[in-house]
Amino acid sequence: MAGFDLSGLTASFGGERVIGPLTLKVKEGDQVALVGKSGAGKSTLIRLIHQRVDGQSSLVPQDLGLVNALPVFHNVFMGQLDKHSTWYNTVTLVRPFKQDRKQVLELLDALRMSEKLWIPTASLSGGQRQRVAIARALYRNAPVLLADEPISALDGPMAHHVMQLLRDRFKTSVIALHDVEMAMKYCNRIVGIQNGQVALDEPTDQLAAADIMSLY
Amino acid sequence: MLSYPTVRTSLIFLAIALVGLLFADIAITANNPWRDLGNFFLGVLTPNFFSSEGLLTALLRTVAFAFVGVTVGGICGFLLALVYRFLPVRIFCAFIRAIHELFWALIFLQFFGFHPLTGVLAIAIPYSGIFAKVYSEILEEADPEPGRLLPPGTGTITAFLYTKIPDCWIQLRTYTAYRLECGLRSSAILGFVGLPTLGFYLETSFSQGMYSDAGAMLILFYVLIATIPLWVKPKLLPVYILGAPFFLGDGFPIVWGNVERFFTQDIVPSPLRDGEGLAGLIPWLNELMVEQALPGIWNTVILTQIALVATGILTLLAFPLISNHFGGPIRRTSGHVFLVIARSTPEYILAYILLQLWGPSMLPAVVALALHNGGIIGHLIGRQTNTIRLRSDAPQGFNRYSWELVPRVYRSFLAFLFYRWEIIMRETAILGILGIYTLGFYVDSAIQSIRFDQAMVLILITAMLNIGVDILGRYIRRKLALQTMPTC
Repeated sequence: MAGFDLSGLTASFGGERVIGPLTLKVKEGDQVALVGKSGAGKSTLIRLIHQRVDGQSSLVPQDLGLVNALPVFHNVFMGQLDKHSTWYNTVTLVRPFKQDRKQVLELLDALRMSEKLWIPTASLSGGQRQRVAIARALYRNAPVLLADEPISALDGPMAHHVMQLLRDRFKTSVIALHDVEMAMKYCNRIVGIQNGQVALDEPTDQLAAADIMSLY
Repeated sequence: MLSYPTVRTSLIFLAIALVGLLFADIAITANNPWRDLGNFFLGVLTPNFFSSEGLLTALLRTVAFAFVGVTVGGICGFLLALVYRFLPVRIFCAFIRAIHELFWALIFLQFFGFHPLTGVLAIAIPYSGIFAKVYSEILEEADPEPGRLLPPGTGTITAFLYTKIPDCWIQLRTYTAYRLECGLRSSAILGFVGLPTLGFYLETSFSQGMYSDAGAMLILFYVLIATIPLWVKPKLLPVYILGAPFFLGDGFPIVWGNVERFFTQDIVPSPLRDGEGLAGLIPWLNELMVEQALPGIWNTVILTQIALVATGILTLLAFPLISNHFGGPIRRTSGHVFLVIARSTPEYILAYILLQLWGPSMLPAVVALALHNGGIIGHLIGRQTNTIRLRSDAPQGFNRYSWELVPRVYRSFLAFLFYRWEIIMRETAILGILGIYTLGFYVDSAIQSIRFDQAMVLILITAMLNIGVDILGRYIRRKLALQTMPTC
């Protein structure tokens, strides 16, 4: 599964419909930026897609979902718990194996935080925590990336670096972004959400920033 | 004021306790209670640590029983916590924790005799029930999000180890450490039914009037509890846990014939045993209810209500002792010492001492329960007031107490009090063994005169009463929207 075709996506909170019904078709190679005002339903849509593809995706949720008491290594390693037996995972919890350490370290190196490998995530800064969640998604290495504002806590150069990395590592992705400039630079398709509906869906090269601003 | 539900509830409970006082047997019956009390304090001030080697052995056994009992209880409780969402498991756990350690010990004594297993199970069984409940509450609090993010196909055990345990680790550890302290108290009082722990030593010294020996034992016990952070270290825990079973003593061997007889004959209601059938069962039950169960329940409930209110009053009086909103360091230090002693002494030991000094009545029991529980809640509330920051022109003295502090802590004070209601009732029942006419008295008498069938029914009734009060306490806490926390 590299692309997906989802129809009848709906979500309600307290009896009020916040999303859809909408249809979203993503082909392999689509790098989709979800844009729109806050509250437009981007996060809800990301969650919906995650459920509908049965978790066959690398997810970076907005609240990151880290286990704060565990070090960075284990939080990243969690992306591949399904690949190993229970005893392997249990031993890893106490004493990680060399090849896993190496792999995780390489990822952290790419995210420029290799020195934090054994630090509990509770004591990291907001930007570092966000990169741990991204490292977990990268380590998971699912065919599709679903990310909800993955660079909200990163400074300028680091944000560009991370977006570059995500573009290179995931052929297919859906990323919610509030930064239109970033969306146009690193994604090849823009989907605008307004009042829970798709208000815009165009390849990036056929859009100008002004077209997107009409959504805000 | 009366429009506040918390105030109304408090006044209702106060009124019940005052009415209860009319019916309660409150008196000092000893000929010269103050001289005895003086002698006892003299004994505490002149402790004799060297009268016999028995003291050190008793101390060692107390620690050993506590470690083995709490470890077994912790492991079983943890496993039960994993399946706690199933109703039968909840009921089972509520039942085993509603029966006090001493009752379990009395039951096991009848068929295992003075074998170490009796003491271990007496602690492990009720503790399993308590651990199961609190562990499951802690695990439920864990952040569910990391678990949802795991790749599909991740094993249940793996998911549990990675997303639940690390998140709850600190709370699990804190609660287990707190329970270990409780375990030391439970282990000590098991001596009162004959197991080789500190309670046995205390009873022996007391009955021979050797107050200095008893004083030495109490001081050692306080030191033992107060120094827990120093000698219970994570690295040493495996040593204690693996070593403890070897220090339980030998006791007497188990006679398996006794075990069989206990279950197939002793606890079968006598009309059934004697072949009178169901027709004989009803008069038997009727007699048991009228002559033993009902008076026992009546006294247990009255004593519980009086002790609950006394605990509350003592708490409100005691928490300023350690609050840094009043007075200087000297008063606070002595306040801390008083509260540590009050809460470290098991209520059973307090009641035993006071009963020896004042003679049998409900008074020693009320004072003991109020001192112990008031010490615990007073400590927690006092600590809570230290986190309150008052405006700099806040009133001083009694006005500060009544206008600024009490209104702010009153809800959590009530929450703790209602949480301990069930614990106070469980203790009240057990204090009957000391000769106060609560349910424990009737259980103990039945056992002494080898009427195990009646004893079992009475223990069941006690358990039901505890479960009932627990449900009522939770209902009131929910009605008043009082938050509770497990470590109390």
